Amino acid sequence: MNSPTWAQLVNLAAAVLFILSLKGLSSPKTARLGTALGAIGAVVATVVLFFTGIELDNLVLIIAAILVGSVIGWISARRVKMTAMPQLVALFNGVGGGAAGLIAIVEYLHLGDQGDFLFSLFTVLTIIIGSVAFSGSIVTFLKLQEIMTTRPVVIPAGKWVTILVALATLGTAVWLFIDPQFWVVLLLLVLSLAFGVLFVLPVGGADVPIVISLLNACTGLAVAASGYVLGNVLLLIAGTLVGASGTLLTREMAKAMGRPLTSTLFGAFSGTTQGGGGPGEERPVRSAGPNDIAIMLGYANKVILVPGYGLAVAQAQSTLRELADLLTARGIEVDYAIHPVAGRMPGHMNVLLAEASVPYEQLKEMEEINPDFSATDVVLVVGANDVVNPAARSDESAPIYGMPILDVDNAQQVVFLKRSMRPGFAGIENELLYDPKTTLLFGDAKDSLTKVVTSLKAL
Amino acid sequence: MDGVALLTIFVLSVFVGYEVVAKVSTILHTPLMSGANAIHGIVLIGGIIVLGSAEGILEIVLATLAVLLGAINLVGGFVVTDRMLEMFKPRKTVSNDADGGTL
Repeated sequence: MNSPTWAQLVNLAAAVLFILSLKGLSSPKTARLGTALGAIGAVVATVVLFFTGIELDNLVLIIAAILVGSVIGWISARRVKMTAMPQLVALFNGVGGGAAGLIAIVEYLHLGDQGDFLFSLFTVLTIIIGSVAFSGSIVTFLKLQEIMTTRPVVIPAGKWVTILVALATLGTAVWLFIDPQFWVVLLLLVLSLAFGVLFVLPVGGADVPIVISLLNACTGLAVAASGYVLGNVLLLIAGTLVGASGTLLTREMAKAMGRPLTSTLFGAFSGTTQGGGGPGEERPVRSAGPNDIAIMLGYANKVILVPGYGLAVAQAQSTLRELADLLTARGIEVDYAIHPVAGRMPGHMNVLLAEASVPYEQLKEMEEINPDFSATDVVLVVGANDVVNPAARSDESAPIYGMPILDVDNAQQVVFLKRSMRPGFAGIENELLYDPKTTLLFGDAKDSLTKVVTSLKAL
Repeated sequence: MDGVALLTIFVLSVFVGYEVVAKVSTILHTPLMSGANAIHGIVLIGGIIVLGSAEGILEIVLATLAVLLGAINLVGGFVVTDRMLEMFKPRKTVSNDADGGTL
């Protein structure tokens, strides 16, 4: 199925647009342009395909499936709340991997065994990687959507089961080369799907975004492999670009978490995830009313706000900005401290605060702001927990041990706005909550902030 | 195209993909991941090609599903990335559509 030269040139142009798209996405100024370039490349390449003269049966079905899929994708992307965006990205990634896997299966059904070693190899690779990306992404979606627990799920002897399934998958792949039958393909599919689930289940808490990124890179590779199977250069290039950039991005994210990728992925297997702190016996904490908090903040010289995912869940970004504006109007120095993984994905919090039009200049990254805490009167932590948990520095048994944190414990006073004493996403007790300089204000973040704002206005 | 030519393209693409995102600030990790996610939605083209030559009910059903999933990945991926980046616009009068707007 050789397409005409002009069509190949259009595909080349699309590939260039994809590269420019990734390049553009690497800088805030050009990011939107980058997205647009990528989208143009994708649309052009898809439309041109219909005019290359390749034989397309089932044309009605093709158009219908494209339309229905586009509408589903469009509506879910427009409707999703920004807080729920990570799981939507996970889901989109999963269906992409699923599509690649299906393509390889259909091609195998259609052509049968060609006796061509490379063709069979890439078909098998597409099925395995695509299925792993699919089932793995679905599990991350379920975790982030909190349909299932966000904690690591440790099944008994899980490590061995996973290794066994991995070996069985490889064995089946080899078997397929020796004895190419369709039911072996099905077995391969089932085993790969199971491996994806087993691989993601033991990953918990703040490590989930890293896994999404890794699975994203996997889908890229699956698409690249399917490009080889179909002899389509554009799929090969686009898939490889995503696979390579996704791998780098995954490493960067793991670095931001301060832990090597291997411990993210295999940490849960070693059973060290129970976390520091004793069993949850009642310990005294100091709590206060909104009025007291308003006074603490209103008479400070320097205040740092630490927003976390809880802030976003309560949709309280604008209220927090209102508080910051009020404090600034009183001549108080106010900054936002943004942990690299605040929210649920690296950079997620920046998106959420930008949504509430918090000015860029007030957003300080972790390395920049950490030295400032010791000169700060009050730190207000809103809906964050793991990213300020000193256990990351001191408790070697804690799953977040080694993750760089915001050094809020260096400040004069720390105020936590919390819904309850429930531990954070990673499920670890936070000693800072029991510290004498810590004050807690319980309740919904938006509610609490609104009350503090009201009290502050009356001050 | 023969295997070696495809392999060449693969290896070169690895380097390009790696270099092109080598210096990205943490602020943009999420949009970049989402953008890359959208780009592999081009798998839609593969779906169209296999559905175009699919025969028999099983092949047709699976290939239709592939096209459907590919389209969701491609369109949804770009739209959600754009929505994220919309937030990074320089300050202007904020239209207060907190629920993300409708169609």
